[in-house]
Amino acid sequence: MYPDYMMKSVEMVEKTRPQRLELARKLGKQVFPPMNEKEREDVLNRFHPDYKKESRRKIRVGVNKGEQLTTEVADLLESYSRVDPAIFDLNKADYDTDVLVIGAGSAGMAAAITAGINGSNVLLATKLRLGDSNSMMAQGGIQAADQKNDSPVLHYLDVMGGGHFDNKPDLVRALVNDGPIAIKWLEDLGVMFDKNEDGSMMVKPGGGTCRSRMHSTRDYTGAGICRVLRDEVYNMPDRIKYLEFTSIIELILDDKGQAVGAIAYHLETKQYSIIKARSIIIATGGFGRLHIRGFETTNHYGATADGLVIAYRAGANLMFMDSVQYHPTGAVFPEQILGFLCTEKIRTMGAQPVNMDGDLFVYPLEPRDVEASAFIRECTERKKGITTPANRVGIWLDSPLVDQINGEGAIQKNLPAMLRQFKRFDIDIVKYPMLVFPTLHYQNGGIEIDEKGESGIPGLYVAGEAVGGIHGRNRLMGNSQLDLIVFGRRSGYWASERAKIGVKVGKLTMQHVYDYEKEVSALNIPKKKIAPIILPDYIPDHVKVKQKTTEYFGTLF
Amino acid sequence: MSEKQKMIKVFIMGEAYEVPEGSTIVMAMEYAGYQLKKGVGCREGFCGACATVYREKGDYKLQGGLACQTVVTDGMTLAQIPFVPAEKPVYDIKKLKPDIDTIKALFPMVFRCVACNTCTKACPQEIKVMDYVQALKRGDVARAANLSFDCIRCGLCALRCPAEIVQYNAATLAQRLYGRYLVKKSPELEERIVEIGEGKYDQELAELEKMPREELSKRYYAREIKLK
Repeated sequence: MYPDYMMKSVEMVEKTRPQRLELARKLGKQVFPPMNEKEREDVLNRFHPDYKKESRRKIRVGVNKGEQLTTEVADLLESYSRVDPAIFDLNKADYDTDVLVIGAGSAGMAAAITAGINGSNVLLATKLRLGDSNSMMAQGGIQAADQKNDSPVLHYLDVMGGGHFDNKPDLVRALVNDGPIAIKWLEDLGVMFDKNEDGSMMVKPGGGTCRSRMHSTRDYTGAGICRVLRDEVYNMPDRIKYLEFTSIIELILDDKGQAVGAIAYHLETKQYSIIKARSIIIATGGFGRLHIRGFETTNHYGATADGLVIAYRAGANLMFMDSVQYHPTGAVFPEQILGFLCTEKIRTMGAQPVNMDGDLFVYPLEPRDVEASAFIRECTERKKGITTPANRVGIWLDSPLVDQINGEGAIQKNLPAMLRQFKRFDIDIVKYPMLVFPTLHYQNGGIEIDEKGESGIPGLYVAGEAVGGIHGRNRLMGNSQLDLIVFGRRSGYWASERAKIGVKVGKLTMQHVYDYEKEVSALNIPKKKIAPIILPDYIPDHVKVKQKTTEYFGTLF
Repeated sequence: MSEKQKMIKVFIMGEAYEVPEGSTIVMAMEYAGYQLKKGVGCREGFCGACATVYREKGDYKLQGGLACQTVVTDGMTLAQIPFVPAEKPVYDIKKLKPDIDTIKALFPMVFRCVACNTCTKACPQEIKVMDYVQALKRGDVARAANLSFDCIRCGLCALRCPAEIVQYNAATLAQRLYGRYLVKKSPELEERIVEIGEGKYDQELAELEKMPREELSKRYYAREIKLK
């Protein structure tokens, strides 16, 4: 439970709650005026972590050389390969497949299933287990314009506006156009969408949406989808082989510049193997575990941007890698759940963000970057945050309103994961508000693709969070779950088609790695700076210093 | 975690370590120096990778929990179970019927349930596991799907089951059967897919795609917000 001094602030929240409930009953979601263009710009410029000078720096190597990238990303990319490629005989392949899929979250598994159905043999490699991914952890929902008062056109406008109009238009069109088709594909596979009795979808709004188009499976939406895809992968043993605890640490090109293979590393047995493939799909997810700007993260243990590193080394272009999504509502109390996601669905169901005095200070459903910046402003400039015993600051997300607005039991029914998460640590969110602050959530940018999912490197496709361009510099809630499926399926199909048509493979080479390392070495970067890092390191310093013979050179294993 | 924090003793696979009070099992293991590859996943209670059995000081009972969600106590002895070698039948969801015969064919062991409730007690998600197994025995796929919905497949139920049932795999089947066959289809969704197939939105989307930024921005801020 909250300590007494915090309960004093909770009492203030309780005091203002009846008026705020009245407001919600009268005005619906618009309990506070949404910001106009100027106000958005101002709050972003002054409070969003991306807009701080030290958040970005010029990358000095590779395709995007000279461009401003998120500092931690530039640091990660200016690195050496974990092995000297010369030790491999590329002609001796351990695996030969039509399509290699790297990463087994929802995008990778949707791609593998689609390629398999299209008749290709698929090898699915993941550094942890099938389904271990950010996809599995998504809570709130998946967008698709399937309601009568909605259309793909309105969805298009929302996506573009949320991304500040920087998004790649062709990718956005593909996203919104395929949205309803993706939902149907999932339902036919057996995803249990929340529905009304007549079979219509139970939809909610999301931050920055002009219509209610958020589909959900309670607040386990990511899991509700991802576990079905995983089960389907298990059910296709004739088409899909999978390798778990297998990290892809480098791509192999041929002398015509096509992506034709990869080098795999097994985390337990420490064996390297060579994979030959006609097409390759990178679906390795994002970078939350880089803890950019020191932020806590909602992300999976494996979110270390490995795919970004190997694709960049091979010459793929990156887009919007200067932008980071901080989810407005990460848990701040208690310490054990620090940074954990408190789904946006809590706000879409009526919970309001309020300050230490119990006052509303922002429209609850601004796009995420705007909402997060408003929270930071409340805690810093306006000093209206609540400080925890561990000296962290947050604002209240007044969750008890959810039951008051939607009827008793609404939280239990629609937000079971959230209820359980806080109950484990002795906080009943039906009765008490949750303390939240922005947390590192999503990699807005990534590898540039076309609408087939193909990158600038022939034969190299990308799907999911590793893609850049779909969301511009800010993604809206529920559009990631959608893009996983839309571009998972697109890349799976086109990668499979490429393999079917037949690829004339030239001489296999790792020259791109040598060339890249030459650039890195010219900067006098120490040799122990290695990527991909595979997993983050949480061993405390006083132990680390005694681990004299661990192979720790920036990667754990 | 601050260094002034009170330390407690935990036994990781029998070995004693001093770790900060208030740590979860994952935090405690990392504090002790374990670089986890298995037995760790999302770290937020959604993926089921970190099933752990433990015994508290002075207690004879073996308990199960998720390492990322369970706080260590002084004197706790623990071991992780990162993998359960359970059987998973292969099936084509398109060819199944959502009835008791499907359950009989794919999960015959379900009918061996002796209703001992050990599975329910073992579940870290507080799911009524035995109840959904009973529902499956009656062929009530809908009830089984809904009762088992919050399952994250950590495997603790199957490990404790004296009847050797793999509850979580049966749950996944029930959920898929329910989602595909037993819920009414959404008429709006079907209609929209037809419209998209007919190219109803193609022209407008093509126009938006080419629209200059300022004009697009104007249209965006002028759009009417209609939320349920």
